[in-house]
Amino acid sequence: MYSLLKTLWLIFLHLFHRRETIEYPERKAYLAPRWRGRIILSRDPDGEERCVACYLCAVACPVDCIALQKGELPGGRWYPEYFRINFSRCIFCGYCEDACPTYAIQLTPDFEMSEYDRRNLVYEKEDLLISGVGKYPGYSFYRVAGLAIPGKDKGQAENEEPPFDPKTLLP
Amino acid sequence: MAVTLTIDGRAFQVEAGDNLLHACLSLGFNLPYFCWHPALGSVGACRQCAVKQFRDAGDHAGRLVMACMTPVADGMHLSIEDGEAKSFRASVIEWLMTNHPHDCPVCPEGGECHLQDMTVMTGHVRRRYRFHKRTFRNQYLGPFVAHEMNRCIACYRCVRFYRDYAGGQDFDVFASHRYVYFGRAEDGRLENEFSGNLVEICPTGVFTDKPLGRLYARKWDMAGAPSVCVHCGLGCNVTVNARAGHLRRLLNRYHHQINGYFLCDRGRFGHGFADLPERIRQPLRQSHPLTRDATLRHLAGILPAAKPIGIGSPRASLEANFALRQLVGPDRFHLGLAAEEQRLLSLIIDILQKGPAPAATLADAEQADAVLVLGEDLPNTAPRLALALRQATRRQAFAIAGRLGIPSWLDNAVRDAAQQEKSPLFIATLDATRLDNLATAVFRLPDMEVARLGYAIAQAIDDDAPKVSDGSAEFLSQAQVVAQALAEAQRPLIVAGTSSGSRAVIEAAANLAWALCRRGRAAQLSMVVPECDSLGLALMGGGNLAEAFAAVDAGAVDTFIVLENDLYRRAERSAVDACLNRLRHLLVIDHSSHQTAARAEIFLPAADFAESDGTLVNNEGRAQRFFSVRPPSGGIQESWRWLRDMAAVRHEGEPLPWRQLDDVTAACAKALPGLSDITNAAPGAGFRIAGAKIPRQPQRYSGRTALHADRTMHEPKPAEDPDTPLAYSMEGAATKPPPSLIPFVWAPAWNSVQAINKFQQEVGGPLRGGPAGSLLIHRSRQARRTYLGEVPRPFAPRRGRWWIEPLYAIFGSEELSRMSAPIAEILTSPTVALPPADAARLGITEGALVELRLGGEIRRMPATLHPALPPGTGGLLAGTPESIGLILPGWGEIKACEGTP
Repeated sequence: MYSLLKTLWLIFLHLFHRRETIEYPERKAYLAPRWRGRIILSRDPDGEERCVACYLCAVACPVDCIALQKGELPGGRWYPEYFRINFSRCIFCGYCEDACPTYAIQLTPDFEMSEYDRRNLVYEKEDLLISGVGKYPGYSFYRVAGLAIPGKDKGQAENEEPPFDPKTLLP
Repeated sequence: MAVTLTIDGRAFQVEAGDNLLHACLSLGFNLPYFCWHPALGSVGACRQCAVKQFRDAGDHAGRLVMACMTPVADGMHLSIEDGEAKSFRASVIEWLMTNHPHDCPVCPEGGECHLQDMTVMTGHVRRRYRFHKRTFRNQYLGPFVAHEMNRCIACYRCVRFYRDYAGGQDFDVFASHRYVYFGRAEDGRLENEFSGNLVEICPTGVFTDKPLGRLYARKWDMAGAPSVCVHCGLGCNVTVNARAGHLRRLLNRYHHQINGYFLCDRGRFGHGFADLPERIRQPLRQSHPLTRDATLRHLAGILPAAKPIGIGSPRASLEANFALRQLVGPDRFHLGLAAEEQRLLSLIIDILQKGPAPAATLADAEQADAVLVLGEDLPNTAPRLALALRQATRRQAFAIAGRLGIPSWLDNAVRDAAQQEKSPLFIATLDATRLDNLATAVFRLPDMEVARLGYAIAQAIDDDAPKVSDGSAEFLSQAQVVAQALAEAQRPLIVAGTSSGSRAVIEAAANLAWALCRRGRAAQLSMVVPECDSLGLALMGGGNLAEAFAAVDAGAVDTFIVLENDLYRRAERSAVDACLNRLRHLLVIDHSSHQTAARAEIFLPAADFAESDGTLVNNEGRAQRFFSVRPPSGGIQESWRWLRDMAAVRHEGEPLPWRQLDDVTAACAKALPGLSDITNAAPGAGFRIAGAKIPRQPQRYSGRTALHADRTMHEPKPAEDPDTPLAYSMEGAATKPPPSLIPFVWAPAWNSVQAINKFQQEVGGPLRGGPAGSLLIHRSRQARRTYLGEVPRPFAPRRGRWWIEPLYAIFGSEELSRMSAPIAEILTSPTVALPPADAARLGITEGALVELRLGGEIRRMPATLHPALPPGTGGLLAGTPESIGLILPGWGEIKACEGTP
């Protein structure tokens, strides 16, 4: 009997607690920047696509909802000819972001993606690409990697010596 | 002899004489290595395979040894897991990685990189080296191989393969210490015809597949299928890779008796014909696209009243040819070969079946200790055999090393011991070949003289052989020298083939091999045939093209059903034109378009080698199955299914009751006793592993739910494959399939092509799970044939005429590969080759336009001067659009003509 009354009392006290639920969508909850919602493709600090079409996100994806095709710009820079995410399959696990070696693919705190037509949940590169660096300012893969691209020759990446001339007679 | 080896406390039986690395890998241990390769031997350059060797069971200190440089000894105690050995290996990787350029995401090797695998295997994860990385500029190496020198770890495998194994001259290592540079002296195409193997031999991404780079996919994203190369008659095993309906690349598929680890560039890069943008994918009627039903209605209107004959093809599968044979009837089936070629192929089969000398596999050819090549320009007609003969010339080196107690895998020591000593190799051809620099002696002779040389050698070996009565003393003494070298050998090999179009050359080669057999030598024959199913077609038997044309002339035939064949490549243009003009109906089934297809009333698009399954017979009579990697798309259908459908609408005779490929194969094996073993070439469609099909796609095949999402949200069911035990899916058996069904090689921790180690019974040995393919030509035991043929008359030059023989180019002479984009890029325009002295008499200079009259045909093209050609002879590049329709060899008239080439 005592425990019954105590339970009733505790529940009664809840009337005076702060409310945990909010009036969504009129009010919106705070979501941390690392929240795993809608996926975007970011650009590097120079405004170029960060994605180098390495296929690591596609292979990491447990539901296989990412498909892309590597292309190559004149000069050797890799980029995705198309990049498609089928959000009707995506489980927002964030493995793709983890796998991405260039910080191109990032999950954002946006989850409001409901559609009446499933086809509208297929996002192509134009839908995914944003014009900023996202969560990782300053990083540019091609400045680190040894592959030469227009504007960054051999020997100009991080920690690189100038190109060696194999025909020189000096040791 | 087996010895006992104790590894980490466990005892194993291994073969004495091997090195420790070979033994450890064969036993299934994961021991990292870079510079060692089963085909190249050990040099101990990378220091990666360190293990701990102990004096005895009581020794716990031990010492580090390089596994690849240490021979196995009885009672040896080792440790792979020893802490010091492990940390040494991790340190070696760390040093190798100090200069690695941090570009795996943009490296085409990523995901199938031996360096990645080995780095993970040793556990090195974090870069501690704080100094700068050395960099290099890359070179343009031609349309096949891309170069990214920064990734190099200096294992020296590329130069060891390219120079030492494949005999290339234009690629080397430059500079010193941490700046060693692997490349050419200057930018330019890699000249060696095996350059594509650098892609597989390089443990990292320095050399990568350039055509793949244009439509790149990672290894894990490509479906694979076991296939057989369709660009020559050797039947090299290949793996075809495809994704999203596109053929992406072709890789070597290990077969210990045929291609081993290496392919030629024609095989590796010739597949582009299958994905040409202009490929016809719908049935055509008078060049207008038709639906499948409308096509069959038209065929139903044509076939019942027609008097057809079927023209088969040496580049179509046995099943397709057999379906055509059943459709038209055996007496109306013609092989689609010129009469002469058919006679040569039948002769070869007869020689291999009834003679005492067996057909040599490529592995046998590598073991031959004396070789004579009669009339074949092997680097161009059978490139992989030329590579095998290159290794055969090293038998002498291994013999010398053996006498000095040097194991055969100790590569540098063997080379130092042998210096320039080579096993005898004799080459008798019309023009210079790229094997000449290895040859003990070369003979530049027209085909009848090549045959006479063969006869003269046979006569010098066995007195009962036919006599060359009218040979000069010099000629006979040359023959004596060759005869002596061959007779001294234990396993001599005689190579001949159809390319010079001479029956006498093939007979001379057979006589010679038989003469050696009589002397008690284990002589073998290697007969080169031109196309991937030449021998299978000849085993099937049927009429030839001349008979088909005659039947049209006689009015007995008004319809041709041509299967995967361009008649203009097989007979004189005028004869083909005349015949096709008389026909009422020309029905062509093919995957590629050509002149015959362009004239077809109805063109049926056939599946190519990557979309269909079937059996091919190679030059030693081995039936091998090739499997599709993608289902046929659009209106495309396998040739045998088109032929079955034609039988169904024909309203007379039996319909062909075939539902899957196995039905056709079984019917073929039953109907033709010579082909009864083709059903054993690979397991049938009912084969399962633990109840499951074998997946073509790797387990990590990505994009399944997004690849088609731009077209439909309804994820399509994977295509069914009723014809094979393979599935167009990533689901299925998880264990290793039998050798003829391996769609890709992968093993835990081994993502690169070197995972093949895990599929072999022993490293470099046969694959696990039984043989792949089945031999159709069985030599009768009591074979004791009398000698063949008669000695041809000597070559007599004619005034004002030249004996024009076909010359071959690895790129350009073969019909399908010349359509492939990277190969089309390097084709040269054909020329008439003339000896300089004859050209000077005619007032012809290098590059001048000449007119060639041969048979009834006239061709104008530039001349080139070939100093090797004997006087009175000439050569013409075979198989090019300019030279097809000419019957070679033959007497031609040549004169200078006006105009610019």
